[in-house]
Amino acid sequence: MSDMNFDLVVVGSGPGGYVAAIRAAQLGMKTAVIEKEHLGGICLNWGCIPTKALLRTADIYTLLKHADEFGIKVKGASVDLKKTVERSRQVAGQLSGGVKHLLKKNKVTVIDGHGKLAGSGKVEVSKDGKVVSTVAAKHIILATGARARTLPGLEPDGKLIWTYKEALVPDVTPKKLLVVGSGAIGIEFASFFNALGSDVTVVEVMDRILPVEDAEISAFAEKAFKKQGMTIHKGTTVSELKKSGNTVTATFKDKKDKTSSDTFDRVILAVGIVGNVENLGLEGTKVKVDRTHVVIDEFSRTGEPGVYAIGDLTGPPWLAHKASHEGVICVEKIAGEKDVHPLNTANIPGCTYCHPQVASVGMTEAAAKEKGYDIKVGRFPFIGNGKAIALGEQEGLIKTIFDAKTGELLGAHMVGAEVTELIQGYGIAKTLETTEIELKQCMNLCLTLMVRSSTCRCKLFRQHMNVC
Amino acid sequence: MPITITMPALSPTMTEGKLANWQAKEGDSVASGDVLAEIETDKATMEVEAVDEGTLGKILVPGGTENVAVNTPIAILLEEGEDASALDGYEAEGGAAPADTPAPTAEEKGGDLAPKAAPAPSQNTKAEPEKLGDRIFASPLARRIAKDAGLDLGSISGSGPHGRIVKTDVEEAIASGGAKAAAPEKAATAPAPQAATPPPEGNYEEIPLTSMRKTIARRLSEAKQTIPHFYLTIECELDNLLAMRKELNARSDDYKISVNDFIIRASALALKKVPTANACWGGDKILQYKDFDVSVAVAIDGGLITPVVRNADQKGLAVISNEMKELAGRAKEGKLMPEEYQGGCFSISNLGMFGIKEFSAVINPPQAAILAIGAGEMRPVVKDGALAMANMMSVTLSCDHRVIDGALGAVLLKHFKGYIEEPLTMML
Repeated sequence: MSDMNFDLVVVGSGPGGYVAAIRAAQLGMKTAVIEKEHLGGICLNWGCIPTKALLRTADIYTLLKHADEFGIKVKGASVDLKKTVERSRQVAGQLSGGVKHLLKKNKVTVIDGHGKLAGSGKVEVSKDGKVVSTVAAKHIILATGARARTLPGLEPDGKLIWTYKEALVPDVTPKKLLVVGSGAIGIEFASFFNALGSDVTVVEVMDRILPVEDAEISAFAEKAFKKQGMTIHKGTTVSELKKSGNTVTATFKDKKDKTSSDTFDRVILAVGIVGNVENLGLEGTKVKVDRTHVVIDEFSRTGEPGVYAIGDLTGPPWLAHKASHEGVICVEKIAGEKDVHPLNTANIPGCTYCHPQVASVGMTEAAAKEKGYDIKVGRFPFIGNGKAIALGEQEGLIKTIFDAKTGELLGAHMVGAEVTELIQGYGIAKTLETTEIELKQCMNLCLTLMVRSSTCRCKLFRQHMNVC
Repeated sequence: MPITITMPALSPTMTEGKLANWQAKEGDSVASGDVLAEIETDKATMEVEAVDEGTLGKILVPGGTENVAVNTPIAILLEEGEDASALDGYEAEGGAAPADTPAPTAEEKGGDLAPKAAPAPSQNTKAEPEKLGDRIFASPLARRIAKDAGLDLGSISGSGPHGRIVKTDVEEAIASGGAKAAAPEKAATAPAPQAATPPPEGNYEEIPLTSMRKTIARRLSEAKQTIPHFYLTIECELDNLLAMRKELNARSDDYKISVNDFIIRASALALKKVPTANACWGGDKILQYKDFDVSVAVAIDGGLITPVVRNADQKGLAVISNEMKELAGRAKEGKLMPEEYQGGCFSISNLGMFGIKEFSAVINPPQAAILAIGAGEMRPVVKDGALAMANMMSVTLSCDHRVIDGALGAVLLKHFKGYIEEPLTMML
């Protein structure tokens, strides 16, 4: 075996792990990454990327169904599910190959197997339950990610009751589908299968869907989904899933303990995630685990010297780009780079690629009020935006939240066409500490979806600079 | 209009660097992102990329030039549609009328430029103070909050990328009382770093500010305007110390201990006896240091710098002496790393070698005290009721009253005096 002494070993090659490893290699560290399954982790293989590929099919199919409105005659459009899934897998495969290439190009050693802490500065690698090697490292980053949470009584069986993993490679389009949980994952699957023609019911325990978003955006999205034919039960839990033959009967319980039931072909469980903290050799170390997630400081340090944790294995928000960013900060801090600042969680954008799309960065209106800010809120519905009308997607809303005192942009929240791209503008504005004055001075191209947002600001401050 | 390319600051603390070589030639067309030149600092070689698109019209500072001050114009970029004629009468940074100064071309041959001199400022003989150098990089939000608080951005150091001032920096400055202190004195504070309006007429030469001069101006103005200084002077007898020094230095050639080395160690040990004085003002709190790091002011070309002897309480005189020699040597060559002159809990400024009897020094923020050392000299003293001669040295401690009260400062000095007068106790 070649030299197994490294400056840095990363356990897990998801968007946190592989990015951290590459950054470390760029900074001159001898780096290895240990991966037991797929390079690129859940995000590339079983998460963000393949769902985006599926949703692309859903979007095109939805457009084709409305082709007539745009003056295009399309007859007999239908979805080939097998091919749709194949394409999604191919996209994931291509990107995973890209990660492999990147790691190789940056001279990161890739070790196949399961990594586990084995005493100070050591990681034991096992394959199929057998220890195959031990590597030594001055620094160890744990980036083992998370998996779907299961609730007692609601265990997935992989056949009728799915997690994201089965839902990504469906063998059938369920006629009647139940989605438990209305976070980003649940809503994206609900939106996909709804577009493909499933009769979709979404159950959410909180009193609104997409609970991390601004309440107004949640309400707007709910209205849009219902218009598309979804059934949504809020403030409701699933108390039982009973399988019989090819169907599942779900018992719902609402806040007043009133029960009802319905029968479905398939169920998707999307009730959150739990960190992959097991079998990592954390026992006997100073690494602290709080409700399945590793506790870290602002530079990803755990209590154990030389051991760091990043990404979904640690606290929320559980987003791929947050994991990558955290990995880079952690590595730069280890390398003693100057001007390394902790992650500013207020500037992390979040997107849900349902139809209409949902995107946000920063504080919701409620959060800002709770923090004691005196706020100014700007709102602009897409119905007044030229581009949105031309696209035939006039269903949408942009909401901006400013600190009334300093003009600080506290949050931006959007629902509508392409908002997952638009949010980046506000992300940059926020990171650069832009106030409403600069946003007002920034001229938006007339025919963009963004132009509405300058109107959004104009409305707010009664100044008119909008030329379109 | 041609665009002036200036020497970039590759780190917030960089004041000058070597323009190692040009990657682009005059007449080359460049796109944004193209590498124009390479800059060397003590630490690294970095590439200077074009920010704008155009043609490299003129190289003002030839490759291989050392000690090019940050913000010195190094080249002129012609925008699309402009040709070399646009350079006629155009002066880097839009300085004085061309008639007053030789056209840049006269100086640009490179051969007769003294390599040590930063070439560009010489073109600026009667120009306005350089605009880019005075620009304070701050986020819009930081500007707005500072303005609302009546805080001068020039008095705040930035923690953002390339030293950009961001919201938290301003908030910290406000919390540390900077805003309140600066507000009433705003009129006085604002012009300080830029110096008073020069007399309108007269025979004088204008000397452009170096980054170091600007930093000194800014930090010491801030110190005198925001720190409530008070001063304590005490006399120390040096005879025992000089005798001991002589004996120690006679023992080996591996070191040559100076009086200043004793002073460094005595300061650290005195602070250790009075740990509450080893602290700085933190706005809504006092930060008490756990280490005993002593900064020592070293005069260098064009200013001064304060290399730090870390953990001076734990180091022997020979170690301190050799370390100090090495630091001072590199300080004079301008080769100290930021971590070697930043930080420190307490400063020493020694003008004894110039025969200064005593003086009071300006505190080096964020520290809370500085010890000004006068000359050691034979003075008449009263010993056992009779007049006698002794080697005496006056030292003056400047204290930040927010952190150190009079009695505390006096106790610190008493311990210092004890160590100096009984240097054997320093060996314990």
